[in-house]
Amino acid sequence: MRDVAIIGVGMIPWGELWEDSLRTIWTRAAVAALEDAGVDTVDLITVGCMSSGLFVGQEHLASMVADQLGMPGVPASRVESACASGSLALRHAFAEVAAGLVDIALVTGVEKMTDVDGGAATYTLGTAADQEYESFHGITFPGLYAMMARVHMAHYGTTSRQMAAVSMKNHANGLLNPNAQYHLKVSIDDVLSSTPVAEPLHLLDCSPITDGAAALVIAPIDRARDLAGRRPVVRIAGSGMATDTIALADREDLSRLRAVELSAERAYAMAGKKPSDIHVAEVHDCFTIAEIMTTEALGFFGPGEGGPAAEKGWTALDGRIPVNPSGGLKSKGHPVGATGVAQVCEIVNQLRGEAGQRQVKDARVGLTQNMGGSGGSSIVHILEVV
Amino acid sequence: MLSPARAWREYPQRYRLEASRCTECGKISYPPRVVCPGCRGRQFETVTLSREGTVVTFTVVHVPPAGFEGQAPLILALVELKEGARTMVQLADVPDPSQVRIGMPVRLEFRKIAEEGEAGTIFYGHKAVPA
Ligand SMILES: [Zn+2]
Repeated sequence: MRDVAIIGVGMIPWGELWEDSLRTIWTRAAVAALEDAGVDTVDLITVGCMSSGLFVGQEHLASMVADQLGMPGVPASRVESACASGSLALRHAFAEVAAGLVDIALVTGVEKMTDVDGGAATYTLGTAADQEYESFHGITFPGLYAMMARVHMAHYGTTSRQMAAVSMKNHANGLLNPNAQYHLKVSIDDVLSSTPVAEPLHLLDCSPITDGAAALVIAPIDRARDLAGRRPVVRIAGSGMATDTIALADREDLSRLRAVELSAERAYAMAGKKPSDIHVAEVHDCFTIAEIMTTEALGFFGPGEGGPAAEKGWTALDGRIPVNPSGGLKSKGHPVGATGVAQVCEIVNQLRGEAGQRQVKDARVGLTQNMGGSGGSSIVHILEVV
Repeated sequence: MLSPARAWREYPQRYRLEASRCTECGKISYPPRVVCPGCRGRQFETVTLSREGTVVTFTVVHVPPAGFEGQAPLILALVELKEGARTMVQLADVPDPSQVRIGMPVRLEFRKIAEEGEAGTIFYGHKAVPA
């Protein structure tokens, strides 16, 4: 297997982008990544997208966007693992480059969510749950995470205040990210007094509906060294994926995210790293409880210690292990298929020392964790400066 | 929502609570499966679940999905039945949602779940009620 590096990142401002279509946001992010990498041709395009079919009625997406980039002829494929689709696009491209099937790959993620109304968007996100035995009864995505939150609270004494601290911290980070959907200062009391969505989760515990795209260019490490100039070379040190039962009814312990634990074990093993080696992380805070459970599953904190850690500021920009410096899904936005790719963009920016006001000091090893559905899949990548 | 065929084929498990018991390891799967998640065995016998169980976890949904608008706030619960199988159901006949607790005993009852407009399919299944 060849060593593989990330040679370009492309982000665009996220939000409710009514003037833009799926194809235009995708193409802008792709062009930004190609320009950042300094290449104008690629051997492969991968696209992470959860549901272009339900959101905009467009399938056969990879061919469509390759054409939009003026690259018909290039092999292109779209992959799906619900909200983890973006990281899956990276993992598959990484495997092809590492195996020597292709040299330069363009890795992308996209979701155009506001072309349908809120009810249809909620329905589409709900298709990541078990349609016949969960969604049938009226449960929503916030509802599924609320059920996990309830068990975590009963098990460990996790509090609504601790969950609110995650939202406050991620909004504070998002204020420093020009591409974030929301630039809002949010206090713990703001979260606790916001509308209940699915008890115990409030509106400000939940990530928003977002239009967005993000892109990366990856290449074999020798090629990356040629193109890097004075910039640090960021290597993909580890990639781990795992699945879990899609329905909560089939999980033994709802206070743990088993897919996150397994995907992390695999990525740590491949990278030869342990949790204490990580300097900065982007994790899947689709709901505040998810960040708490994920920081435990990744081994940053012990079981039940994720809530207190958030409240004590251990995951803040200047904390022991800064989590979601980009603002996370909560503040940056959550265009589901683009999220995993954008997490990697942020970690590359951090490791290159190009993260501006939200730069984590001396970050040389970073981690991303991207979740599908209510924990039915998880993908972890570990990146390091070489 | 669901096509008539898609709803109809689930009648044995949705209407009659039929589950499959693995003849190899005894694990009960609800709904029935082709491969046992406990031992990957493929031989099953059909069993009917009891209607008695307890609440494993729950939530009160204030922003309901399409098709459930009139029912909000909606209490959803994960219920563990006596046989050990768990199922996601609505919790009905609870005047005060703040009284729901983990571990609360419940009973499943056959109820209407949702309907597709005035002339469309009516979907039935089970809801839990306080025991
Ligand atoms: Zn078995």
